[in-house]
Amino acid sequence: MIRVLSSFHTPSSIILPESKTTLFSTHSGTVIRIDDAHDISMGVKRRRRCSPEAMSLEAMPEEILFCILDKMTAQSLKSVSLSCKTLHNVESRHRRTLKPLRSSLLPAVLSRYTSILHLDLTLCPCVPDSLLFSRLPQSLLSIDLSRSRGFSAAGLTGLVGRCGSLVEIDVSGGTELGDAEMAVISDGAKRLERLRIRMCKGVTDVGVGMVAVGCSHLRELRLKSCSGVTDLGVELVAVKCRMLEVLDLSFVPITGKCLPAVLQLQYLQELYLSGCSGIDYESLMDLDQKCESLHLLDLSNCENVSHVGLCSITNGTTNLRQLILSYSFLGLSNSMINLSKLHSIKLDGCKVNCSGLKSIGNSNMLLKELSLSKCNGVTDESLSYIVGKHRELVKLDITCCRGITHDSIVSITKSCSYLTSLRLESCSLISVKAFPLIGQCCRLLEDLNLTDTGLDDEGLKAISACSKLSSLKIGFCLDISDNGLIYIGKACKNLKEIDLYRSDGITDVGITAIALGCSDLETIDLAYCTKITDNSMNSLSNCSKLSTLEIRGCSQVSSLGVSTITVGCRQITNLDMKRCSKINDAGMLSIAHYSQNLRHINISYCSITDMGLLALANISCLQSMTILHVKGLSPSGLTATLMACGGLTKVKLHVATKSLLPLQIIEHIKSRGCVFQWIHKPISTGLLPTFWPCCCLNDNC
Amino acid sequence: MDHEPRKISKSLLEPSIPAISNTNSVRFDIPFGSCSTEDFPDYGNHQSRESTPLTNTTNQDPRLMLNNLTFLEQKIHQVQDIVRSIIEREGRHTLQPDELAAQHQLVTADLTSIIIQLISTAGTLLPSLQNTLLSSTNQPSSAAACQPQTVSNNLQQTETFQMETSNINGIVEMVEPVLLPIGEDHDVKDCEDHGDCENLLPGSYEVLQLEKEEILASHTHFCLICGKGFKRDANLRMHMRGHGDEYKTPAALAKPGKDSSSEVVIIKRYSCPFVGCKRNKEHKKFQPLKTIPCVKNHYKRSHCDKSYTCSRCNSKKFSVIADLKTHEKHCGRDKWLCSCGTSFSRKDKLFGHVSLFQGHTPALPMAMDETKVSETSTQMPTSNEIMNDVCGGFCNIDDIDFLDIKGIDEEPSFYSSVDFDSFNFGGIPEYTDNNASQLSSSYQVSENSRPFMPNDYDNRTINDSNSHLLS
Repeated sequence: MIRVLSSFHTPSSIILPESKTTLFSTHSGTVIRIDDAHDISMGVKRRRRCSPEAMSLEAMPEEILFCILDKMTAQSLKSVSLSCKTLHNVESRHRRTLKPLRSSLLPAVLSRYTSILHLDLTLCPCVPDSLLFSRLPQSLLSIDLSRSRGFSAAGLTGLVGRCGSLVEIDVSGGTELGDAEMAVISDGAKRLERLRIRMCKGVTDVGVGMVAVGCSHLRELRLKSCSGVTDLGVELVAVKCRMLEVLDLSFVPITGKCLPAVLQLQYLQELYLSGCSGIDYESLMDLDQKCESLHLLDLSNCENVSHVGLCSITNGTTNLRQLILSYSFLGLSNSMINLSKLHSIKLDGCKVNCSGLKSIGNSNMLLKELSLSKCNGVTDESLSYIVGKHRELVKLDITCCRGITHDSIVSITKSCSYLTSLRLESCSLISVKAFPLIGQCCRLLEDLNLTDTGLDDEGLKAISACSKLSSLKIGFCLDISDNGLIYIGKACKNLKEIDLYRSDGITDVGITAIALGCSDLETIDLAYCTKITDNSMNSLSNCSKLSTLEIRGCSQVSSLGVSTITVGCRQITNLDMKRCSKINDAGMLSIAHYSQNLRHINISYCSITDMGLLALANISCLQSMTILHVKGLSPSGLTATLMACGGLTKVKLHVATKSLLPLQIIEHIKSRGCVFQWIHKPISTGLLPTFWPCCCLNDNC
Repeated sequence: MDHEPRKISKSLLEPSIPAISNTNSVRFDIPFGSCSTEDFPDYGNHQSRESTPLTNTTNQDPRLMLNNLTFLEQKIHQVQDIVRSIIEREGRHTLQPDELAAQHQLVTADLTSIIIQLISTAGTLLPSLQNTLLSSTNQPSSAAACQPQTVSNNLQQTETFQMETSNINGIVEMVEPVLLPIGEDHDVKDCEDHGDCENLLPGSYEVLQLEKEEILASHTHFCLICGKGFKRDANLRMHMRGHGDEYKTPAALAKPGKDSSSEVVIIKRYSCPFVGCKRNKEHKKFQPLKTIPCVKNHYKRSHCDKSYTCSRCNSKKFSVIADLKTHEKHCGRDKWLCSCGTSFSRKDKLFGHVSLFQGHTPALPMAMDETKVSETSTQMPTSNEIMNDVCGGFCNIDDIDFLDIKGIDEEPSFYSSVDFDSFNFGGIPEYTDNNASQLSSSYQVSENSRPFMPNDYDNRTINDSNSHLLS
């Protein structure tokens, strides 16, 4: 037993989980005990000065230190590595995953971290060939270039030549990549197991064929939207890569011709055929392959697959667990009868009828997840029948099923007491009496979406009984007020996400109740809650984990409020302040100073000048900016900011500014990997929605 | 009118069989049988109008020919007399105009008949032309009228002749000095529904066999008047219009054989004259050919020299000109490459190939070029070493690999055996090691191609061959 540290009383940057005493066991069988784990880094510093007892830290084997570092959060690791040279070196050797913010940092970072296994370059929009040729560690296992441009076959040659043990390559979105790049990959990365080349439209059958032959250990291949690939390439993949487990053929122009070969893959677990409109039921008719390993089948957007075709596929896939049939226009019948292990069905956007849904109810599977969002033809009767038969349902999505009334909610709440996720967005026929039922019966709910329903304070009070709730979306509920939110704030301590979009009845009181009650809050949407003022910001600054804040249209929030929140919530990554006309340069300066993690910002219609904007360039990880109708800006200020923000990947500007910016500058910024989006919208007051959303408001709908 | 001569022909043929040096006498019965059906519009339909047995009888007998010639002589004398009498009467001015016209008509008719007779007599001497020409002994104008009758006659006649043919073939074909290898069967393309053939019971169809010369004859339709040959009957009919107004009638121009109507159509299948071929009726698993074009293409493809060479790649050879034309459409456009160097004109063929063989992979044409450049450039400095190895009399594996790549680049000449000959290594003077560094890449190709060389070349030393290239 080595007693490493005893008592240091400094602000802790190493948080060892749960118990105060942690035991590390090493390969050599030594057991190390750390009592009252505190700041090791501070301990080291102090040890040098006085404590001979703590000398042992330096003498500790590296593997033990690695075990300690394994338990630390990213924030603590930074502190540790900054404490002394020894720990700096140890931390450098310990790190396995790297996600640099800019490609220009890469050479320096790589020389420090030599034992990197996973390199994620998604934040580097521009990765020139020279970088891939540079000192990448030879032991590298995975590299993600899915959002990077600028490299070519030559760079990939350097990469695979140096890192022969690469297991995972992601070059998705490489629209300029072609067969030459595939040739390089197939030539060098012989151990490759996972390859993602989504959206690589230049890749043809030849490229895929080379990969199939060269990388025969492939387990995962994602060819989504590779429009140059046809049946021939896929067939060759199926013949050559017998180990394939995941195959994504979404939006690939294949027909049913290659499916026999694909379904003969012995280990295939997930097959995505979304948007393969070339697959028609006739080509599926003669399928007699049995693919018993298949767990997930995605046939969404396959408009030519009828239930007959589905039947012939599912005949052989008896172990199917997940079936995605969204937007596939098929009439359900008995196609799922024999899928006894199925536990998730997604029928989003399908036209279903009563008998089809009842056949789902009659099947002998144990359904846990059912998604019927935007389905035409869902009635109270059919839905009640299904939930009556599948009482183990955990997730139910009936977004935009407009025929649903109180009756359905009664049967849902009666049958499905295990529900953790319930989405009722835009089910506008649900009466106020339904919400208390939800609160009473579905106590396990974690995710509840009641956007655009007639929810009121009583309903919120009942819902607050769901103490596990972590995501609550109650946008467009005009009847709720502070009182309802106070119940939520008191009861739902686990709440991480709340959406109050255009719920106009709430004021600072309600927000304060939420902010004080739900200290884990990460995302809050207060867009167009016009009664919100700086006081709300003040109270929200207590939520230190807040990362997404949307105060679009909250015109009473001023720079002062923004300053307090940036001081309190250092983790903010998304900030939407559109139409907050009281926010000016002062707010920008404090954002620039405190919110070093900010990634996305929207400052349209704010009262900002060049100075405030230029200050934002101080934020090194800033990726996207939306700057529309900001009157105080000059073209030169905008240009300077764009030039100074080196990590930008996306900028939204008004189309009128295009002519004001120097063309060369635009080209230069584009060459760094930034995409310009030119918006045509005219200036508007925007306090009322230009159209009343008829269907859905959130991303998930 | 037909029956009598056919008996004669039989009696003529049977004793003469052992003496027949070529197979003509046996062969010509087949077109007569076949041409009466609709299957072969371009294959001698006009012959069906003729009474063929008559011509058969005239065929081999020199006495008959002598008769013919005497007859011609008499005929010429007759015409001479008529013309003389015309001249005399002209001198006396006693001739009536209508009388004169009649005389002229007589002369023309006589001359025509003489010409026809002459041609037909001459035709007996030309083996492959004979049947069509001899048939001209009948008046074409009368042919259309008696067609139905003759068709039925022909059928009967074919049956009887068939028996003879099968008897004779055994003897005749054994003597044929054809030693061509039996090539691949391309006939499926032509006889697309040859599955039907297989469904036919062996006895349910008639098997006919054309002879080699007939298959290879360039023209199968001949003008009765001038003897010009045509490949198609239609072309012949067009040509005939130039010989007089009587050939311009709709009846003469109509496609013959269309109105055979009520008769029972006997299914006909063809046998390849090459003994041992699967398409020959002697073969155990005989698969008959369906039409005469099938027979022709099959015979040319399988049993003839491939005399047409592609002018682009200089390596592919064909015996059927249509095949050459098809190839030339795609030649040089084989854009689907395999890593093994094989190229395909179709993507699915490449992928079939790749999925069949372990380790083969689709290749990029451009990438190949790049690697070629880089490989050759890196290899160039070491070419001396290679040369030394070569001069030592062997090539190590690495070199061969390298050379293989070069070989692919230099295709198609690399693969064609013909081009090796063009290297012309015969009679090679001395070669010294000093010259090794000056060797061009052509030498390396030649070295790599050595395994394909004839044995006598192998016996020469490499030095010899090199010095020849340099000299």
